[in-house]
Amino acid sequence: MEQLELPSIDYAALLPMLILFGAACVGVILEIVVPRKVRNGIQLGLSLLAVVAALVAVVVERGTRTITIGGAVAVDGPTLFLQGSILVLGGVSLLLIGERTVEKGGAFVSQAAITVGSKKDMEQASGQPGSTEVYPLTTFALGGMLLFVAANDLLTMFVALEVFSLPLYLLCALARRRRLLSQEAALKYFLLGSYASAFFLFGVAFIYGFAGGIQLDKVHAAVANPTQSQVLLYAGFGLLAIGLLFKAALAPFHVWTPDVYQGAPTPVTAFMAACTKVAAFGALLRVLYVAFEGVRWDFQPVLGTIAVLTMFVGAVLAVTQTDLKRLLAYSSIANAGYLMVGVLALNDEGLSSTMFYLVAYGFSVLAAFAILSLVRDADGEATHLSRWAGIGRKSPLLAATFTFVLLAFAGIPLTSGFTSKFAVFGAAVEGGQTWLVIFGVITSMLLAFPYLRVVVLMWLSEPGESTPAVSIPGFLTSAVLGIGVLVTLGLGVAPSPLIDLTRQAADFVR
Amino acid sequence: MSDFPFLSILTLLPLVGAAVVAFIPRSKAELAKLVALVWSLVVLALSIFMWAAFAVDGDRFQFHESYPWIPAWGANFTFAADGIALVMLMLIAILFPVVILASWHDVDQSKRSAPAYFALLLTFEFTMIGVFAAADVFLFYVFFEVMLIPMYFIIGSFGSGQKQYAAVKFFLYSLVGGLFMLAAVIGLWVVGGRTFDFAELAQGAGSLDTNTARWLFLGFFVAFAIKAPFFPFHTWLPDSGGAAPAGAAALLVGVMDKVGTFGILRYCLSLFPEASRWFAPAALTLAVIGIIYAALLAVGQNDLKRLVSYTSIAHFGFIGIGIFAFTTQAGTGAVLYMVNHGLATGLLFIVVGMFVARRGSALVSDFGGAGKLVPVLAGVLFFAGLASLALPGTAPFVSEFLVLIGTFSTHKGFAVVATLGIILAAAYVLWMIQRTTQGTLNPALTEVPAMSKDITLREKVVVAPLIALLLVLGFYPKPVTDVINPAVQATLQDVGTTDPAPTAVADGKVGG
Repeated sequence: MEQLELPSIDYAALLPMLILFGAACVGVILEIVVPRKVRNGIQLGLSLLAVVAALVAVVVERGTRTITIGGAVAVDGPTLFLQGSILVLGGVSLLLIGERTVEKGGAFVSQAAITVGSKKDMEQASGQPGSTEVYPLTTFALGGMLLFVAANDLLTMFVALEVFSLPLYLLCALARRRRLLSQEAALKYFLLGSYASAFFLFGVAFIYGFAGGIQLDKVHAAVANPTQSQVLLYAGFGLLAIGLLFKAALAPFHVWTPDVYQGAPTPVTAFMAACTKVAAFGALLRVLYVAFEGVRWDFQPVLGTIAVLTMFVGAVLAVTQTDLKRLLAYSSIANAGYLMVGVLALNDEGLSSTMFYLVAYGFSVLAAFAILSLVRDADGEATHLSRWAGIGRKSPLLAATFTFVLLAFAGIPLTSGFTSKFAVFGAAVEGGQTWLVIFGVITSMLLAFPYLRVVVLMWLSEPGESTPAVSIPGFLTSAVLGIGVLVTLGLGVAPSPLIDLTRQAADFVR
Repeated sequence: MSDFPFLSILTLLPLVGAAVVAFIPRSKAELAKLVALVWSLVVLALSIFMWAAFAVDGDRFQFHESYPWIPAWGANFTFAADGIALVMLMLIAILFPVVILASWHDVDQSKRSAPAYFALLLTFEFTMIGVFAAADVFLFYVFFEVMLIPMYFIIGSFGSGQKQYAAVKFFLYSLVGGLFMLAAVIGLWVVGGRTFDFAELAQGAGSLDTNTARWLFLGFFVAFAIKAPFFPFHTWLPDSGGAAPAGAAALLVGVMDKVGTFGILRYCLSLFPEASRWFAPAALTLAVIGIIYAALLAVGQNDLKRLVSYTSIAHFGFIGIGIFAFTTQAGTGAVLYMVNHGLATGLLFIVVGMFVARRGSALVSDFGGAGKLVPVLAGVLFFAGLASLALPGTAPFVSEFLVLIGTFSTHKGFAVVATLGIILAAAYVLWMIQRTTQGTLNPALTEVPAMSKDITLREKVVVAPLIALLLVLGFYPKPVTDVINPAVQATLQDVGTTDPAPTAVADGKVGG
């Protein structure tokens, strides 16, 4: 009988994930032992501390190129860059999740049995700062995302996918207001997400049959010198791709996005739009670049068609939206299409520009949702477009900030939206994918219209009686807004440092 | 030659001014206006110094400055001006103080903030100077897009009539063009060896693949044709010109639209010479159609501001044939036309604005016999009209004449049809003047108290420099043509065309 050999474990390389999972477990215990009154501060502090510690661990590890625990985890330039991005964006999202002053009791429900706005609810809201389970859940999700972008075999990738998805399903259901919508969103997300996971797992099985292993380098070798039927490869790759495209919200696997984005508590929506996107595209990049690079001529046209479809679906449907959260959801779908354009360049430039885009978009979208959480009336957030009429007259600063973010989404120069679009389009032209760029440009034109409509509404329309009041942002939300806007401007005016960083990082270990 | 960094300072100066004006509280509107005016005059003074420092017989590009921006992409803050850019910068520097003074009371009655309006004007000046001063394609593109934002808010927030519709239409049209150009810029960057430097790209222009170059040309050309605007991309201009405040409309057609023709001259011609020659017949046809079509529409307009916008489209047709005729005379004429049109149409828009401000309406039918109430103002309108129909003795005549003889020597047919445009110009200008200021007095006018107030001192100060320049350049255009001519010749050299041998049509009489 063969001797079982214990794989060597590079703990330093795994440290960021270990820190987050450890902190999340501690957070669960704290839920039990710490009294409700002080729990919020402690939990928020703990999760932020964990994120910062993990970030430090990532920074310390820079330059590492290693594959550890028996080929399950690869720590290389893209891994570390994406982990760093997820941690920074996740830390900023945590600030938004931790905001408790904009609405009494925060954005999350603590006892679903109590009707919103009832006397009991008010008492509860003033007595305790809302639900605190969100912090360990978020920390678990972050840990899962870190593992997802580092996974070097398909099963580890699947496990990571589940680890970060399950907390997200729960987080979606925790809205304090519009609970039915929130629960519906969570259920939809869960059911469709489970389907997607099943597809993914099925794909892994096919790939195992094809390559005789699930590690990405083994798949790469098998693709280069196939010993099994190509049908296994294509079936496996297709199913695998469905699972990944679902998380990245590419058409036709995008249908959950608007409902979930709308129903989820806004801080969670921001978290998903920023961090889940990084994680999903990080894994997609690794799978395509490391494992399936050999069949690029086969999947490039198919995924290219999907990218074009995504851009069109996102842009065209964004035009018809009347709810801001749904509008931003469709805009995020279109942005997934642009990201895919960068991914399909399939060269170093494509890898670095996609990573640049992910960071740039993440910060802008966090700022956008932070603003959304501020405009509210007695029923919570007022996200219907008509309610925003003339808001520029009432709160010029807020409207100016939102205008800036929308211009960034529209890709106007001097914002990160322009530099990141330029980066992915440039990479795609270089990679011989000019047709994708042309469709990208055309959809950008379409997409400018809904953004512009919001700008017109905010500035050029007269304020109606139903224009809601704008809450004074608490310290945490202000911080998120400030960071988001500054980064959006900074990456638009002086993108060089981040471009250089992404270029240095753009080298997968195989 | 001077080492003083004229162009970067000239570009940044209005931006700083805009920031200063924006922070002046609403209650001190007069102070904001004054600061904006003084600031724009400082820019004018600096431009005059720059003009003086420009060596007419020196290099094509002068005042070259370059600072690294995004090394990974080869994008730099590179500024340089040739003769064409120099005269445009001068036009900008002259028009802005005039327009600021002309817009003095534009915002007073509205609920909007006056400091914001003047800050937007200065921001707009920043983007305008930047777009003409840039010698890096990336930098040019950035300014090309960013300039939409101040103008969008000027039209949308401070305009009249269907201002929201006009502002959105303006923004979307320009953005569509800009995005086509973005695709072309990226393509050019990739095939041109990952550089944005204009000089380097122009040098490598000959080695581009013919087909690629034609597509890239088209990307740039569509953006510029929308901006200029050329027929059939023109429909946004009458809406924007009609809705914008008169001063801003003067800038819109006087300066901003020149970015289109300037872009064609600088970027399309020099970077894609073969494609330019290949597309020239099509471009000439569009330009000539534009001359006739827009002139006919102008004749039928009842709204003064829309009428002036249409005349402007017709004039851009003349500039277009001047550019694509590929002779030095026509090219020089086209650039001179860009300057003169800025002055003449700027003046026309500003004077029309004075009428509209008094009457509270821009409809021709609301006027009639206004000359009896405001004789001097009516006289200024008459002069502005004559200048814009290119009466000999006014500056536009020189440029229109140069364009037509220059075109005639290579493209007789186009020149002949374009000449019809002159007759139509006389029709729309004279008929408009007859219906507004001549004839029997419209009794409704006497009921408007403001209509009895003739030109004020401020308005005299506004129109005087423009009238003076139009007359001086009408009789003695040499200082300007001397600056333009070498740059046009260099551009045509890039295109690879030579002037036809001199014929009986006197060559070298004008323009030297």
